Amino acid sequence: MKPMRIFAVARKEFLHIFRDPRSLAMAIAIPMLLLVLFGYALTLDVDDVPIAVWDRDATPASRDFISRFSASPYFTIVRHVDGYEKARHCIDSGEALAFLVIPEDFSETASTGQEIPVQFIVDGSDSNTATIAMGYADTVAATWSRRVMMELEQRLAGKSSSLPVDMRPRVWFNPDMESKNYIIPGLIAVIMMVIAALLTSLTVAREWERGTMEQLISTPVKGPELILGKFLPYFVIGMFDVFLAVLMGEYMFHVPLRGSAALLFFMAAIFLAGALSVGMLISIVTKSQLLASQLAMVVTFLPSFLLSGFMYAIANMPRPIQVMTHLVPARYFVALLKGIYLKGIGLEILFVEAGLLAVFGIVVVLLANVKFKKKLV
Amino acid sequence: MTVTDTKHAVTVRDLTRRFGSFTAVDRVSFDVSPGEIFGFLGPNGAGKSTTIRMLCGILAPTSGAGSVAGFDIMTQSEKIKAHIGYMSQKFSLYEDLTVEENIDFYSGIYRIPREKKKERKEWVIEMAGLASHRDARTAILSGGWKQRLALGCAILHEPPVIFLDEPTSGVDPMSRRKFWDLIYELTGKGVTVFVTTHYMDEAEYCDRIGLVYRGELIALGTPEELKNEHMKEDVLEVACDRPQDAMEAVEKVQGVKEAALFGRGLHVVADDAGKTVGALRSFLEMEGYLPTRVEGITPSLEDVFVSLIEARDRAQQPQKEVAG
Repeated sequence: MKPMRIFAVARKEFLHIFRDPRSLAMAIAIPMLLLVLFGYALTLDVDDVPIAVWDRDATPASRDFISRFSASPYFTIVRHVDGYEKARHCIDSGEALAFLVIPEDFSETASTGQEIPVQFIVDGSDSNTATIAMGYADTVAATWSRRVMMELEQRLAGKSSSLPVDMRPRVWFNPDMESKNYIIPGLIAVIMMVIAALLTSLTVAREWERGTMEQLISTPVKGPELILGKFLPYFVIGMFDVFLAVLMGEYMFHVPLRGSAALLFFMAAIFLAGALSVGMLISIVTKSQLLASQLAMVVTFLPSFLLSGFMYAIANMPRPIQVMTHLVPARYFVALLKGIYLKGIGLEILFVEAGLLAVFGIVVVLLANVKFKKKLV
Repeated sequence: MTVTDTKHAVTVRDLTRRFGSFTAVDRVSFDVSPGEIFGFLGPNGAGKSTTIRMLCGILAPTSGAGSVAGFDIMTQSEKIKAHIGYMSQKFSLYEDLTVEENIDFYSGIYRIPREKKKERKEWVIEMAGLASHRDARTAILSGGWKQRLALGCAILHEPPVIFLDEPTSGVDPMSRRKFWDLIYELTGKGVTVFVTTHYMDEAEYCDRIGLVYRGELIALGTPEELKNEHMKEDVLEVACDRPQDAMEAVEKVQGVKEAALFGRGLHVVADDAGKTVGALRSFLEMEGYLPTRVEGITPSLEDVFVSLIEARDRAQQPQKEVAG
């Protein structure tokens, strides 16, 4: 490996990037755009669930019960209706996601201490939101019931008892349980995987298509020199992207970075080396820009999005899929980023992920070098 | 068998390259001496580029042996690459880079020492006539400029052997002339030049020529040798009326083997010019073609080439029929 040749290739590659505004835009603007789009759109928080209410009782007690819903941050009452037909229309049109029906004998039954059937109809077409909305409704109803029961008891027995268990949950790492706090770090990993592979997927194929590779392979330049030279400019751009993404996480999404920033960038460098080499390998094997960019997109985007644990917990996946996730490099980087960002932990806990990430990088770099031949055909 | 020849710049024995069932280069053997301009002449698809790529070490031969600049083509292709300059058909420059940036890139690749770098760069710029276009992107340059710049980039490291694959295709006649002046200048310094072309006039500039047809080397020699020795028949030049009609008619004349349009007249190939001139002239006069000139000439390379190719096709025809 001669530094002079590596430098010559790196310099040439830098010039290509800066002469082509489109490639520069792809390298810098697209990752930022994706972070903004996904960062704002991909929220798993469910609040302000719009509900319709049919109060068939219309007594102070029923109104008190309903007011618990309107006071909750999780529900907004969008309409009061009378009859199932109208409620159905609200749900069909999407105006409301749930429908609360208070029976005619609500206050009467409440005063006797018997169980009151209250109907809560939920639009299950988005099962995730439906599940969460049902959970919220249960909590609201339980809180109200407990209060009523305690009042009743006090009136009858003259003293109030307490429940056997009083659970006091406390959430660590993400106390407000904001989904952005764990989505943004994962998102950085997914976006960097896709962008890095796309960036390098064109670089070798372009030279084959334009005929300049035929010239290059007739010179004494060695395969590893060429690959490393091509790799360097994209590595610089990739690290710049990571830096921008971390800045955006800090100032735009206010995701707390509790761990070491140096460790974060160090891990990003290892991850980027592997991801860039994936694109390079694809470019070397396909020798076609179109095929290479499509392949880079397919092999990075879906696995990183679905199998990295970025959105869907790996522990909940079927066993064979869980095994498969070990082949997705983003999996390790997602774990590292979430660990560093939210838990503030270091290599003493994350060394397995860091090690596997490095192994992945080394394997891909070696493969790219082996697959590159200084011969035609 | 290995051939390591230090007397010759290029030596090739039974060089063969197959692509599947297609034989692109078929048992080709020749030698090129140092300082020689060796031309590889043949129609498109004859195997010229395939041969040159094998010699440059960028395409593995299927079989055969050879050496380039003293290194074995089968085992030392990376060593060969440090001692040759190769210019492919496409003038492979980076079009989004400027003239200087292209030169700088290749001087980095060839690891030109710092103290020589500037001198070599100025030499290329002056040689290509690009002094006023140093900072121009290569994309806007004309064909002739691109060609000379590509040559300059390929020989920055002053290699002893240069391979040029159809260097003058798509270049205007003035630039072609200038290009050949450059080649003579280089060979004057002892550089060996191996060039492929399908221009007959260019072949005349070469010291020696190899004629290739369908992957085989069918003749080898200086242009003079080829014209005098490889053509058994004589060529008659005919100037007459309606040459197109006359072309078909004269083939009936005894002693005439074939006729082809050439310029405004005909070139007629005959076994013996002396015996055929009279018969041909009287035939043309009788048929009303009004011949103004019928005389024996030295065949051009094109005549030789056409004659050799046709002889080859005739020889292979019966075999094919038997085989088919």
